Order: sequence, then structure tokens, then C-alpha cells
Amino acid sequence: MRKSALLAVIVLVAVLAAGCSAAGGRDAATAPSATGAASGTEASAASTAGSVELTGAGASFPYPLYSRWLYEYAFVNPVPRINYQSIGSGGGIRQITEQNVDFAGSDAVLNSEQKAAAPGLMMLPTVAGAVVLAYSIETPSGEAIANGLRLTPEVIAAIFLGQITTWNDPALVELNPDTVLPDREIVVAHRSDGSGTSFIFTSYLSSVSEEWLSRVGAGTAVEWPVGLGGKGNEGVAGIVKEQPGSIGYVELAYAEQNGLSYAHVANREGIFVEPSLASTTAASNAAIAEMPEDLGQVLVNAEGAESYPIAGYTFLLVYQDMPDCAKAREVQGMIEWMMSDEADAYAEELLYAPLGDEVKALVLEQLEGLTCEGGQPIP
Amino acid sequence: MAVVDGTERELTRSRIRIGDRLFRFWAWSMAALLLGLMLLLIYELLDGAWLALSTFGLEFLTERSWNPVSARYGAWPAIYGTVVSSLLALAVAGPPALLAAIFLAEICPRWLEPSVSFLIELLASIPSVVYGLWGLQVLVPAMRDPIQQWLYTHLGNLPAFGCQPLGIGMMSAVAILAIMVLPFAISVSRDVLRAVPNDQREAMLALGATRWETIWRAVVPFARSGIIGGLLLALGRAVGETMAVTMLIGNRPDVSSCLFSPAYTLSSQIANEFAESVSPLHVSSLMGLGLALFAITLLLNGGARLLVWRVDRGNRRRR
Repeated sequence: MRKSALLAVIVLVAVLAAGCSAAGGRDAATAPSATGAASGTEASAASTAGSVELTGAGASFPYPLYSRWLYEYAFVNPVPRINYQSIGSGGGIRQITEQNVDFAGSDAVLNSEQKAAAPGLMMLPTVAGAVVLAYSIETPSGEAIANGLRLTPEVIAAIFLGQITTWNDPALVELNPDTVLPDREIVVAHRSDGSGTSFIFTSYLSSVSEEWLSRVGAGTAVEWPVGLGGKGNEGVAGIVKEQPGSIGYVELAYAEQNGLSYAHVANREGIFVEPSLASTTAASNAAIAEMPEDLGQVLVNAEGAESYPIAGYTFLLVYQDMPDCAKAREVQGMIEWMMSDEADAYAEELLYAPLGDEVKALVLEQLEGLTCEGGQPIP
Repeated sequence: MAVVDGTERELTRSRIRIGDRLFRFWAWSMAALLLGLMLLLIYELLDGAWLALSTFGLEFLTERSWNPVSARYGAWPAIYGTVVSSLLALAVAGPPALLAAIFLAEICPRWLEPSVSFLIELLASIPSVVYGLWGLQVLVPAMRDPIQQWLYTHLGNLPAFGCQPLGIGMMSAVAILAIMVLPFAISVSRDVLRAVPNDQREAMLALGATRWETIWRAVVPFARSGIIGGLLLALGRAVGETMAVTMLIGNRPDVSSCLFSPAYTLSSQIANEFAESVSPLHVSSLMGLGLALFAITLLLNGGARLLVWRVDRGNRRRR
């Protein structure tokens, strides 16, 4: 018995060793041809741009759209093979700073530290998203309150600061004279994971409330004064759905898909606006006057009577001067296509708001300025 | 013939020697690899957490606020949440696990036992996100009303039940953890109980003991160290559980004595924030949480070893 076991071990080791050496041999045999092929593609890339691989990573909010876009773009231009991994904005910024990827996605605007760490990194808005306040409340007689509860910035800030704690608070009753509000405690739901949605929402609250700005501030993750944390849009949507008397913020698409009721919010002009693709694009158009030179705009509380105030851009991050000319050309082409009407149609289908025309023009202008391999023009 | 025999034996022996040596080398290198991996892990965690540790010092462990905007990070709420949720889950799951194990090992009829065991082990193979979804859809509403509502109205003056019943929060997380660790605790305890030599039972029965007395005075004490080991394995599982807890605990870095209020655990906080953390200090603080989790696991394991060892020694002395 023992002898045969030992024999088995020896045979196993021998087989493994043989396998290894065979594999090594195969490697050695194929190696020259592999390098030959590689240099071949390089040569053809220089002349006719054979197949170029682009890698992108970052924000998860636009991921459904980007994967659709990249799928459709492959029919328009089959040359580049592009893949985008949704690892989160933070991961995307880290990857592009270390130049591990060719482009990155981010929902948050780069801060000065991040800009300093990655000189020459450009922020290009691709689409806008609206963040809605979704709720589930019932009137005292047991009917669910549908879309259109009216909220002002002051009231939203007070709810999320934990100052308004019941649904029949005088401030809420005054705003909604036609709705019978219940005597029920408000349960606040927010994102527990770091997210671009939180960045948009907290930026909004910071811009409309001094107290929020000084006590909490804006960021992809903040220290929430009150509330339950849910992981992801689906987590917050789940809490809102499940918890009677709750209110939380989610992307418009999630509220629609989950059949949640959402509020109309008073914008800078004091007009109550329903969140929609149109009112988000309107905000993008109206905010053009305040667009900073680097396009890193936080699109909250935009002026304009039709603008929905809680909205934000999602960005692609690319280097103004890319280390590889073939890749630079494909990145340029890809983002140009993302500004087209065809791309807009796909965006609207998935409930992302296309950019305003003037913002698109600015993005295209930035793209014109791309260079490669140390200042050379794009071939 | 004799000569041939001799050389053959010689040949086998040398072959054995080579095999022996190969095997020994193989075993050693695998063991060393494991140890190396462990050390590398500790090094990586320390290296990653160094910025946070050098910025905050030991205050990192006791600080109660976690504020990415003002860059102040403290691990205390998450440590508290991890330890409390796991210990409570073990306290809830322990007694029924022991009883179930006793039933399976001692009382259950032969024909029924395999199917019951199979079902219990099936519980262990359900992915934790499924537990989370079930918890969110079924457990949380049931928790909120009637369970927590009842506790709130009747025992609301106790600090543990004295806040608004939300459903989502520490209590639901404890409940889901208790259910999730149950199969681990049951199957280990069952196996240990089954391994108790039959003479223990026979001797006890021969003294005229009832079945109840046999089980509680002879079988369970004999298996005690193994049962404790099984429970601690379950505890280890509870400490590291991420997904289901994240979905139910409310994800709020807060230290509250109330069982209805939201809380946080180390693993949930890491899973939640790592992907979108941008500033180096934030990332490093999350690594610090990882280090704390590692330390807690290590302490628990060390404690478990100590406990098992002491119980063993007690057993031996008694015998």
C-alpha cells in the first residue's frame, strides 16, 4: 500500500515536471513568432492603425450607458477594441493618474490635489444625470402619495440635517397644501458607498445651505447627520421602497425603474420643476455661462426657469498629450462620436440626459487640442 | 534468484528515499508558502495603513467620527459594530445550534438524520447576497412590525429597545448573522458529539442514568472543547461576513446602545467605501480598518485556542 502511494507521488511529480518542461518548451518555440506578430501589428498600427486596444476604467454611474455606447460604436468604427471597467470614480482617477488606463470615468470633479498629481489631465463631460428625492409616504387614510410632493432647498437641507423630523412639519404642510401629510417620523436614506450620486447631492446641499456647507460639506462620501445607509442606488431604492415614511436620493433612472414616487424641487428661480431628461439638459444649457475653463463644472442649482437643480455631469478623463498616437486618435474619435445625435438617442433610451449643445461644442473644442507623443498633432 | 531479489529491494529503497525527499520538500515549501503569504498580507496591511496610523496614532482606534470631507477618520464605531453584532449573533445562534447538534447526533432516528443534515449543510451554501435580499424583503418588515414595535411599546424604557423601530439596523443584522452561522456551528458540534466514544454512553447508562442525564453529564462534557471550537468557527464567520450585513445593518458609523438603530461593521465599511475613495488618507484609513479586522480575527482565534486548551486540560484533570 505504502509503496504504491509513494510510487503515485513520484509519478505525479514526474508528470508535473514533464508538463512544466513541455510547457516551457512550447513557450520557447512560440516566443519568436509571438514577438514577430507583435512587431507586425506595431508596424501596421503606425501605417494603417490596425486594431488598437483602449482600456478605460472608473465611474459606475455611467457604466450601463458606456457599455451600450461602446457596443454601438464598434459598428461605427471597428478599428479600436475598447473596454471600460466600472471600478468606481476613485479607482478610475487612481488608474489614470498612474497611467494604467487610456481613459477614466469620474462622476466627481477633480480637486486641486488630484489635478496636481496628474498634470495635463482633462475633464470632458459626456452626459448629465438627475438625482431625485424619492419617498414612500401614505396619507393618514392609507393612500400612497404619488409624484410631485413639493420641496424647497431649505426644506431638503433641514430634512437631511435632521431638523425636520416628521412629515406633517409646518414647513412641509405649507408647501403642499393640497396633500394630507401623515404624522409620521421621516426616515432618511442615503448612499453608504462612496458615489458620484452623493457628490452631486451633497454639492447641491452645500450650495443651497450655509449650515450644510459648514457642518457636513460635499464629497463622494460624507458624514451624514442622520439616516440609514444603503449600498448603491439599488440599496437606497430598496430602503425607500421598504420603509414607510422614508425619503432618499437616487438617480432618476432608478426611481423610474423601481416605480418610486419623487419630488418636484424648487430651483434657483423658485419654480418647482419635475426631474426629467429635458429639465436636466435645460440645466446643462443654462449653466453654460458659469462653465469653468477646464469644464469641471458641478452642475447643481443652475439658473433658468426650466432647470432641475439637482443634476451633475459625469466625466471622461484623458490626458491632453497622450503617450501613444494611435490610441490618441481612437480616443478622440470615440468621444467625438459620444457627442453625436446618434449617441444622444442611446443615452435618452437609458435615461441619461444629453449635454446641452454649447457644452458639446466646448468638449469638441477641447478634443481638437489633443496631442500625442510629446506635442505632436494627432495623425 | 537471491541476488536479483537483493538488487530489487535496493532499488525500491533508493526510490523511496528520493520520493521521501521530494515529498518532504514539497510539503515544506507549501507550508512555507502559506506562512509567507500570511506575512506578506500583514506587511501589505501595515504598509497601506501606515499613513492613517502615523497621522492619527492610537486615536484611530478610539475616534468616533468618520468624516471623509474634513479628513478625520476613526475606527471605533466599526470595531464596536463588528464585535457586538458577531457576539450577539453567536449568543442567539449558540443554544439552538447545540440543541440541534445533540438532536442529530443522539436522538434523531437513523433514517431521518441524513436528510436533516443535508438541509442544514445546504443552508451554509446559500450565497450571502441571497441572505441579504431575503433579509431585506422578509426579515426586515417582520422585525419592524411586530417584533421591534412590540419591544418598543413594552420594554421601551430599556436602552436596548428605546429608539424608533426602523427594521433595518443592528437587530436585523444580528438575526441574519445568527441564521448564517447556524449551519457551521451545528455541523461541527454534531461531528464532535458523534465522535464521543460509545463506552461513555454505555458506562453512564449502566449506572442507571436516563438518556437526558447521559447526554448532559457524559456526552456533552466530553465533547465540550470541540463544541466551543465549532462555535468559535461560527464567530469567525460572523466577524468577516460582509454582504448580507451591509444590506441590513444601515451602514452608519455610530455607537448606539439601542438595538434598533443603524450601525456599521469593519468589513461593510471597507466594501462600501473602497472603490470611490480618492484621497490617500481615506484609502489608508480603510486599510487601517482592514488591519483592525485582521487583529480582531487573530485575537478571536487566539482566544479560541486558549479556551479549547483550558477546557481540554480541565477535562483531562477530571478524568
